[in-house]
Amino acid sequence: MARGSPTVELLWWEGCPGWERALEIVREEMSALGLDPGAIDVREIRTGEDAEREGFAGSPTIRVGGRDVQPPDGEPIGLTCRVYRLRDGRISPLPDRADVRDTLSKETEGGDD
Amino acid sequence: MAEAAATKVGAPAPALELPDTDGNVHTLPMPGEASATVVFWTCNHCPYALAWHERLVQAANDYAPRGVGFLAVNSNDAERFPRDSLDAMRERVRDEDWPFPYLHDSSQQAARDWGAQVTPHVYVLDSELRVRYEGAPDPDHMDPGQNAVWLREALDELLAGRRVSRAETKPVGCSVKWKQ
Repeated sequence: MARGSPTVELLWWEGCPGWERALEIVREEMSALGLDPGAIDVREIRTGEDAEREGFAGSPTIRVGGRDVQPPDGEPIGLTCRVYRLRDGRISPLPDRADVRDTLSKETEGGDD
Repeated sequence: MAEAAATKVGAPAPALELPDTDGNVHTLPMPGEASATVVFWTCNHCPYALAWHERLVQAANDYAPRGVGFLAVNSNDAERFPRDSLDAMRERVRDEDWPFPYLHDSSQQAARDWGAQVTPHVYVLDSELRVRYEGAPDPDHMDPGQNAVWLREALDELLAGRRVSRAETKPVGCSVKWKQ
């Protein structure tokens, strides 16, 4: 099956640790899907203006083809840390790997919105 | 961005006098009044603080019968982080079953005095109010099974009259959000 290469973005802010681990997870999942893990667009969010412009609801934010791997649920835009909910219910500073994988898969296969 | 001078293990704890979410002012106990005291910085918006919260609640409940008091402190700038406002703190205490007061450090002076860097940042004081442990609750915020083991070890050793063998660990979490 021919695969598209969705735009993969990781937005981070220095006030929250862990974004490098998030980057590792995204790269691993991209590799597993045959995508180029070097193609990820990693951008630092430095100011409130940056956050507004990017629609940044916290660090790390990971988008695949513009789709957030766990769309924020009314979280305000700003320089803050993302609170993710893992599939087993635990709170985490990082998204569930399965959410990353599923979003990559859906976008790679053309999306299923 | 960090403005604080570190509180050293072995040193006397800085003073603490802060209101809780009902406006009641709390201080450290008098020397000899409590067998140990745990002071920890936390907040509402940080996933690390949230992930560790239940473990700290459980530790507070477990050690209360042994004369250990817990104080939670939020020093974050509520203007930039509305989820850490006094109203949001009050709402959380009301909705959850907190066994310790949630203190509001609106001036951020306590965070500066103590050298709090992140949320959570845990300090254990002995009965004479000297710092005997400083750092994270346990090695892994993602593993509830860790059960605040570093904090518990420090308390167990302290309450047994022994030296705390692991007196310092690296606190892990979101930076304290200083006013700009």
